[in-house]
Amino acid sequence: MSVPMDPVKITLFGLPGIGLLWLLTIVAFGVFGYRAWQLIGLLRQGRYEDRFDHLGRRIQHLIKNVLLQPRIFNERSIGLPHFLIFWGFVIYAVCFNWALVRGLFPFLPIPYPDQVRPAELFLEVFSVVVLIALGVALARRLFYAPKYLHLSLDANFILGLIGLLMLTALFGAAFRIVSEPRQASAWAPFGSLLSQLFAALPENTARSLSNAMWWSHMTIVLFFLVYLPYSKHLHLLAAPFNVFFSQSATRPVGDLGVIGANEDLTAGASRWQELTWKQLLSGFSCAECGRCDRSCPAAASGYPLQPQQIIQKIKTHMVQVGLKAANGNGVPKLIGDVISEKEIWGCTTCLACMNCCAVWNEQVPVIVTLRRHLVSQGQVERTVQDMLGNLQRYGNSFGKSDRMRAKWTQTSGLKIKDARKEAVEYLWFVGDYASYDPRCEDITKKAANVFAQAGLDFGLLYEAERNAGNDVRRVGEEGLYEMLRDKNQQALAKAQFKKIITTDPHTYHTLKNEYPWNGNRPEVQHYTEVLDGLVRAGKLPLKKKLTGRVTYHDPCYLGRYNGVYDAPRQVLRALGLEVVEMPRCRDRSHCCGAGGGRIWMEDTEKIAERPAESRIREAAALEGVATFVVACPKDIAMFRDAVKTAGQEGKIAVKDIAELVAEAMTEQGPKSA
Amino acid sequence: MNLYVLLKMVPDTVEELNVAADGKSLDSEFLRFKLSEPDEHALEQALILKEKHGGKVTAVALDAPEVDDVLFTALAKGADRAVKVPINQAGLGTAASAKVLADFFAAAGPLTPDTLLLPGSQAIDDLEGEVAPLLAAALKLPYIGVVCGVKPADGKVTVLKEFAGGLRGEFEITLPAVLGIQSAEKPPRYVPVAKVRAVMKSAKIEEVALTPPDRPIQLDIDRMYKPEAAGHAQIFEGAPEDVADKLVEVLAKNSVI
Amino acid sequence: MANPILVLAEQLRGQISDITFEMLGAGRALAGASGAPLYAALLGSEAAPLTAKLGMADKVFVADNPQLNLAPAATVTAALKAVIDQSQAGLVLLGCTNVSLGIGSILSAQTGLPLVNFCRAAKADGTAILLTSQLFGGKILSDVKLADGRGIVCLYPGAFPADAGRSDKTPPIEKLDVPVEAPKVTFKQYLEPETGDVDITKQNVLIGVGRGIQTQDNVQMAEDLAAALGGAVCASRPVIDQGWLPLSRQVGKSGMTVKPRVYLAFGISGAPEHWEGMQNSQCIIAVNTDAKAPIFDGAHYGVVGDALELLPILTDKVKARKG
Repeated sequence: MSVPMDPVKITLFGLPGIGLLWLLTIVAFGVFGYRAWQLIGLLRQGRYEDRFDHLGRRIQHLIKNVLLQPRIFNERSIGLPHFLIFWGFVIYAVCFNWALVRGLFPFLPIPYPDQVRPAELFLEVFSVVVLIALGVALARRLFYAPKYLHLSLDANFILGLIGLLMLTALFGAAFRIVSEPRQASAWAPFGSLLSQLFAALPENTARSLSNAMWWSHMTIVLFFLVYLPYSKHLHLLAAPFNVFFSQSATRPVGDLGVIGANEDLTAGASRWQELTWKQLLSGFSCAECGRCDRSCPAAASGYPLQPQQIIQKIKTHMVQVGLKAANGNGVPKLIGDVISEKEIWGCTTCLACMNCCAVWNEQVPVIVTLRRHLVSQGQVERTVQDMLGNLQRYGNSFGKSDRMRAKWTQTSGLKIKDARKEAVEYLWFVGDYASYDPRCEDITKKAANVFAQAGLDFGLLYEAERNAGNDVRRVGEEGLYEMLRDKNQQALAKAQFKKIITTDPHTYHTLKNEYPWNGNRPEVQHYTEVLDGLVRAGKLPLKKKLTGRVTYHDPCYLGRYNGVYDAPRQVLRALGLEVVEMPRCRDRSHCCGAGGGRIWMEDTEKIAERPAESRIREAAALEGVATFVVACPKDIAMFRDAVKTAGQEGKIAVKDIAELVAEAMTEQGPKSA
Repeated sequence: MNLYVLLKMVPDTVEELNVAADGKSLDSEFLRFKLSEPDEHALEQALILKEKHGGKVTAVALDAPEVDDVLFTALAKGADRAVKVPINQAGLGTAASAKVLADFFAAAGPLTPDTLLLPGSQAIDDLEGEVAPLLAAALKLPYIGVVCGVKPADGKVTVLKEFAGGLRGEFEITLPAVLGIQSAEKPPRYVPVAKVRAVMKSAKIEEVALTPPDRPIQLDIDRMYKPEAAGHAQIFEGAPEDVADKLVEVLAKNSVI
Repeated sequence: MANPILVLAEQLRGQISDITFEMLGAGRALAGASGAPLYAALLGSEAAPLTAKLGMADKVFVADNPQLNLAPAATVTAALKAVIDQSQAGLVLLGCTNVSLGIGSILSAQTGLPLVNFCRAAKADGTAILLTSQLFGGKILSDVKLADGRGIVCLYPGAFPADAGRSDKTPPIEKLDVPVEAPKVTFKQYLEPETGDVDITKQNVLIGVGRGIQTQDNVQMAEDLAAALGGAVCASRPVIDQGWLPLSRQVGKSGMTVKPRVYLAFGISGAPEHWEGMQNSQCIIAVNTDAKAPIFDGAHYGVVGDALELLPILTDKVKARKG
């Protein structure tokens, strides 16, 4: 090997290279450090919550979702490019630090990274790969930008900077090879190739150019370091922490509980400082990619809500207001000025945003936290107030007497056991809509008969049952949720059962994941899971096969929240039906629009197309499919309505799985779905 | 302003109402009570007045099932004091209830010139008349009912009273006075459960003992009974399509199609 | 002779209200049974000219003091008391209306006469009078006895036939000079309801919407049906309070009284305050999910079902039939 080049041994602008490097380094790290300290200071002003539990699980979560980043691939056009740019960046970051240390401390007996063959190869290959990926990213951004992708100068600037870094690396290698021809090798394929273009350059020129490239590269990186905390690229540093501290690593999906808070959180947040540090970290982690907005059913319908905007607005507001000296008049209000009430109420809590967020932000809990404040001020619309009043007084949102809850049993044709009086295997927690809504009553009775014919030993809580509290919690009335939960837990403690079964996914989710159960958590199953179990054990007494093509709609609280996708489909197939998938199926299922208390709210916006209508049209477009199958009582209400308003009557019918199973269990009658 | 809101608990008609064995009162099994709706508006109007013009709001009620919740809710909404008279509301006719309230105010001392008494305009069990005018007569105070708007202005109050057909009248009334509130300027506000629970821990309901009235019921009630299910209407059953057809026939028969 | 029966005639803006005729009819029946005279009282200079309408009464007492116009309940009561003293009346009939609210209670407090509110039926039983009153929005009835036939009765609008109180006869008049204390409540002005685009009292077909319509958006479905039938949409109080329709569309005690050929009630439970306003419609069709809704007791036809489901289907059928 010839005497290696040492870029810091030259003189630049009259300064010794090493001095210049030290100067740049100190300035860059200093400014970056100051800014980082400011931003961390903002986070520290947020409320405390404990996200330091289960460190092992968190590390696993981090490794998988940052290093392998499977969620990035949920959008094919940018998945691979980002993955490559990310890894290129990692490699370059490692090599930069290596080169920096070597440059700052030239007495260290280590070579520069590009003097080590494997490192040299990585650098080379990635420089080209990243350039190609950047090209794809830029083209997508300029010509094929998906909706809600935040197009900004900042983003293009960053792409440009990364590109420059890659080019300086590549050309630097090329020029170095020209100045030291014995450097050309298979370890530097592209550099060697490129060097041929400049083969005619005199050695000194090539050497100077190579140094120039090195210095440009280092300076650009140092500049990048300073620029980073002022740009969306902060997600680079914040996202890994965001993923590490993610709730999904250790708790049920979409959980609204907070561990270790040392303040009462029922009144929510009206100022940014009343959000937790983790909620505030979301803003720094957000890469402005727009995945959440693209998947949000509210945004698609034309509601003013955009999950990305909620996170971004909080961040911008916090940085603006938090870093200003004085606090006097004219400070914009978080709720009202920065984020409007309409945005806050637009959310159905369907979790589509959190399901696809590549940095694992938790948009829904943030929205619920803001809702809690509005509820604490009584700033809730009239219809919701009435519902909450009904729930408080009668334990159901329909305003009917709690004694009427099990009235449907009187015309069910069955004598259903009272779990308060005799032991049963399955406690059937029926839920509000299944109990009180006349549109759902028939299905509830059919489900009861299905359970009976399947030989399930089940019983009800009858009048002691109250609304499980899922939607109340998501509307932000945490106090009422606690009251309902406590009443239900009291009633459940007095009943005798082994497992809980329910036909309502909202009820299912809350009972299974959010009730404390004082340590004695029973198994909670959605009825499709139970039926699936029976099918597999050959114990579901079907009398005839149904035929036809159907499509199945994954309810948000069964699918995205709890991962139950296959059981309902297995049941449908066992009935003999052919299940055709809609494009937005499984975890990409399109919410019906009822969740988060929205079924109680009025539409005051000019809606482009209601979520439920969009979904029905999606189903109607499937060839030969005349049945839209659901597994949630609210879905029945929403979709049967949507079939009419979308003008699809006669073309597609909405049925609950229970209805189909009941049909397959009766001797006579039509055979098709 | 010195605002007194008079709250009465009435049977909740969401439940089935049944007559007791004695045939003269309601069966108390499954009977639930709730705040009379106009009284809820009276509380809201009082709170609005306090917010706009300052002063104090005192909620007063006789004893009844679930009245404590109602009084704590009033405090959580912004009332300053909650007073319970430990005489049972049930079994008292409106005249006797009004007498108890009149005694309350007599015992409370002379009314300040900026006092407003705000009961609800009427209640669903007002067989013997309404609390508002009965109380006004007992206390010799000016009274106006069916009030849907209240605006104080130098020592007097301008109120809006509902007539019929959407017509309303503006009246001026001198203070102190009794206003029977039909509806508040704004619908009654919502107060979250957490706030009520917090108030239950931090605040107390005062009790003012008074002599129970001699004649709880003024009237000679022969009997109480449920109306015969008149079953007046001819019910159309079936699928919506078929029902709609039948309705179209009815409309045609009545010459509107 | 038995105690005279005195009816406080009610008028608004120079028009005798229907409740007055209902009271006269009821009073005439009671008077007939006991042999007592039936008197009427007209208080105020605005009311005084309207004596000719009260022919059903044996005598009309008139106090044409202008201070009695739109006077507070206490002032009216004082004047009424003077009439009672003059006429020796033992049974006083009042309307259960916004106009007369409070008069009965104050009169009862001052005279000691028992007051029976919400009365729907009255009959004589020897010297006693048996009254039937409704409580809790009509869910419970109460039979009350006035043993000596003396008392104050507030009659519920629409419970007694108005025609039974109309007469062409000219009643004798007795003028009374009633001293009036300076009232502490003074009338300032009327606030007219915003004249809506539509006068629902003049429609042949009305589509009434209640709480069961659930959201403001759904009101449009009712508008569609109204358009198809050439009628208009009206509502019960909860819908008006929400602001989904203007005050001019309110039907009921504080709203309009309507008598269309057909009244279609969607999602209306039939609470007395609303029923009062539309009970005399020629044909009442009610649609409600609650089979026990009181409206089914009074309606001519009923459907126990979802109004939101039925409305568009009915609209289509109507259009098909017409077009």
